[in-house]
Amino acid sequence: MPSLERSRKRWRHLDNVLGRTGPFTDETFVPGLETIQALERNKILFAPLLSRDCLSPNVWKNTIDVSNLNRQFLFREADIGKPKAVVAANFVKKRVGGVKITPYYGAIQDKDEDYYMQFQQVICGLDSIEARRWINATLVNMVDPDNIESLKPLIDGGTEGFKGQSRVILPTLSSCIECQLDMHAPRAAVPLCTLATIPRQPEHCIEWANVIAWEEERKGDTLDTDDPEHITWLYQKALKRAMDFNISGVTYSLTQGVVKNIIPAIASTNAIIAASCCNEAFKIATNTNPYLSNYMMYSGDDSVYTYTFEHERKADCPVCGNLIKDLWVDGSWTLSEFIEWMKEQPDTQGLKRPSLSKSGKSLYIQVSGLEEQTRPNLDKKLSELVSEGEEVVVSDQALPVDLRFNFIFKK
Amino acid sequence: METTLPAPPHIQGPSSKEKKYDRQLRLWAASGQASLEDAHVLLVQAGPSAVGIEALKNLILPGVGQYTIVDPCEVMEEDAGVNFFVEEDCVGQPRAKVSCEMLQELNPDVKGRYIAQPVEALLRDPEFLSPYTLILLVSPISSLALKTIATYAWEQHVPLFHIHSLGFYSHFTVCLPPSFPVVETHPDPTTTTDLRLTNPWPELSALAKEKTDGLERMNDHDHGHVPCVLLLLHYLEAWKQKNDGRVPATYREKQDFRKAVERGARIYNAEGGEENYEEAAKAVLKSLNPTTLSRHLREIFQAKECTTLTKDSPRFWVIASAIKTFESRHHVLPLPGSVPDMKAKSADYIRLQNVYKAKARRDAAEVLATVRAQEQALGRTDNPISEAEVENFCKEAAFVRLFRGEPLQVVSIDGNGNPIVGHEEPGSECSDGLKSIRLALEDTESLMPLYITFLAYDVFTNRDVPLDSDPAGASTLLHPAPGHADSSVHGDEHKLLRIALSILSHWYTGDSSEIGSRISDFVREIVRFGGGDLHNISALTGGMVAQEAIKVITRQYVPADNTVVFDGIRSKVWVFRRTAGMFRRR
Ligand SMILES: [Zn+2]
Repeated sequence: MPSLERSRKRWRHLDNVLGRTGPFTDETFVPGLETIQALERNKILFAPLLSRDCLSPNVWKNTIDVSNLNRQFLFREADIGKPKAVVAANFVKKRVGGVKITPYYGAIQDKDEDYYMQFQQVICGLDSIEARRWINATLVNMVDPDNIESLKPLIDGGTEGFKGQSRVILPTLSSCIECQLDMHAPRAAVPLCTLATIPRQPEHCIEWANVIAWEEERKGDTLDTDDPEHITWLYQKALKRAMDFNISGVTYSLTQGVVKNIIPAIASTNAIIAASCCNEAFKIATNTNPYLSNYMMYSGDDSVYTYTFEHERKADCPVCGNLIKDLWVDGSWTLSEFIEWMKEQPDTQGLKRPSLSKSGKSLYIQVSGLEEQTRPNLDKKLSELVSEGEEVVVSDQALPVDLRFNFIFKK
Repeated sequence: METTLPAPPHIQGPSSKEKKYDRQLRLWAASGQASLEDAHVLLVQAGPSAVGIEALKNLILPGVGQYTIVDPCEVMEEDAGVNFFVEEDCVGQPRAKVSCEMLQELNPDVKGRYIAQPVEALLRDPEFLSPYTLILLVSPISSLALKTIATYAWEQHVPLFHIHSLGFYSHFTVCLPPSFPVVETHPDPTTTTDLRLTNPWPELSALAKEKTDGLERMNDHDHGHVPCVLLLLHYLEAWKQKNDGRVPATYREKQDFRKAVERGARIYNAEGGEENYEEAAKAVLKSLNPTTLSRHLREIFQAKECTTLTKDSPRFWVIASAIKTFESRHHVLPLPGSVPDMKAKSADYIRLQNVYKAKARRDAAEVLATVRAQEQALGRTDNPISEAEVENFCKEAAFVRLFRGEPLQVVSIDGNGNPIVGHEEPGSECSDGLKSIRLALEDTESLMPLYITFLAYDVFTNRDVPLDSDPAGASTLLHPAPGHADSSVHGDEHKLLRIALSILSHWYTGDSSEIGSRISDFVREIVRFGGGDLHNISALTGGMVAQEAIKVITRQYVPADNTVVFDGIRSKVWVFRRTAGMFRRR
């Protein structure tokens, strides 16, 4: 086992920064041993900063694919098929003695608050927006104003081609991922009628094969976008359709890109964003210099450009805002009519199996056992179930947090 | 109308290489990948920073052809704290060897070599630099080696990067060859379509006439599927008849025109509106601008290389000159030929697309004819430029860029150890460069004061020793970094600040006290690092350097021109153009 002196010798460069005050350091910075020890005690959760491929929220349940090798420096050819978290952890431990890394290969949603409480910071490079929203909401909900330890800075990074962004989120104190959702508007979907009757682009033919032809011709099969046979089938279907409409440009690669929603990714951009996130984590952990407040956009396709700014918190953010929304409803609606109506409202669209309750009392809960008990409420009028101004909580798997509403009856 | 159909599908999936590099081929395609695989990158380093190794990592993963590391140092324990590509058990071994082998593991397609000697000794062989197509120099490096390599790179047109990574700060300068054109700049496709609505050619006008004939009498389905481009041409025709043949030019006129288009939409149909009309109205403001040549293209057309072609002119200039001829004949560039997606029946859209494609092919054929005539006139018919290259150039013409490299000048020191840099003389050629430096210095957001501090750092660490003095290693050519020992911090701050302010006084003659105080902060922070590297910053900078190297090697996207400064405290990048005039002795 190396002596302390020996193990610090390798950190000579780092110790200059940890041991000396600079012109921009905060007054509370204590140069020297105390900061060094604080850094050594730091425990950080890395949600896969290395993976950029998979769109399921189960990002940690991810194994190494050959297309990872062009940008992920912790993986080798021999590792193909192994869990990313395990291979990455073993490799880093080998290179950097003294670092403790515990790989966790599974869905982030399976872990509870106690699991997240053990870390000082969370760094995340999740590629699915659902997973980001989930971890963001979890960290916001964890904040207990009486316990400073419960506030875990969240550092998030993402890339696309030569571009990327990194952001620092202090849950409940600064703008959160949910406040910033409009920064990442999803691409508009092609209308179904275009796919079905008037395709014009190769992408329309591929989407047709993906959405319509598969449903019609291979109904029983679950489409696996990693199965080359499935992709080849879609490619041939799309190509045939493209020829029928005189459309050119359907290729295997484009088929794969559209069906898997592939985002171009390169090692250099990942390095920039991952290092930027770690740089912010380091500054937060050591106080050696002020950290990013709170958003950096990086763009490398047209010269090099950064836009660094403070994204404002939204007072009505459903996750970190503390406002209860007023909801105007018709007291004569039944609970089931109300649920259908809610599914079409902008704030609550896409609800799957919503559960409703008021001040600790269940109105309708979609959990087996409770569902049967509360089902009779579905036919009752809202005015029988809730009184004017009463707070109702709506929860659903599609929502990152519970929504709270004040019911106000339309006259 | 004839359409070329794709060949029947061959049911062969992608090759193993296409699979491995899939995510990057979507950015720079097979042509960019081929350039990357032809490249041989040389890394020269002698100091503690891992920035060069990090840059190499990001070039090896995407499959650069070859790399060579020149580094005279042995692995020390402190290397393991900043460099991911050494291990503690390797202490005492040549660092070039250890890093080279660990990097090699990343990608078996790439060939790695190392030379564990001081570069000053290697440079005595005049052929030493000839295999390399791109050079990365990491500071600290002796000004001797820097000068020799910079001169070679400038004369042989080899792109050169000079890189610093110190604590939370970093910087790099890209020295491109004197003429560095980029055809595939990858502009944003949504802002760059050229539809020629204000000056349509006969076939396009005819299609518009045919497809909008009896527009008012069409049933709702047909009316809602007339492509918006043809709708706009139809309403423009009507506008021109009322306005002496002019198209809407002012903002006001465009607003009026948009309203005229909107009035044509049917709103009492089943959908309560028409998507094609909405698209047409939305396109009015940005699609009716007359096409003008970009500043960059005008510079290209006026360049000496374009106006005087020779037998040995690079292909770029022969095609540029032919496009210039086309432009002076027609007052427009060759049509790019792409049409954005729009609401339309499939067959109508494909016909419209084919009208644009056919015109683009005709324009390209005219350019090609000029190219062939030039080849004939210049006596270079034995190696003709390919049709595909001419067509590609025509498609990209509006967004082609030309970069003028600058040789890398080194800050020299006079007999008293003071830096010698250029200073402004009214009317002199460096005047422009210095003017922009002065403006940057006055901008409190700029990182120009940090850049000056980096220059001062180089002066601080360099001893000027002649090349034939038989250096035992780089260490004899370099002073220890400022702040290398706790006891030296105070004195080094003073000395580094003095050098930096001396450089500032050459470039800025007004009241410089505010700029001086910003420089003083950067000096204190840099001395605090003691010449040390923070891995986060060298990894980030290595990423930026690799992005730029890929752009330069593939000749795709727009490279930074030519100096990038990064502040890892504020997480900001500053780019400016460093000119030789800034450093020329007077
Ligand atoms: Zn929020």
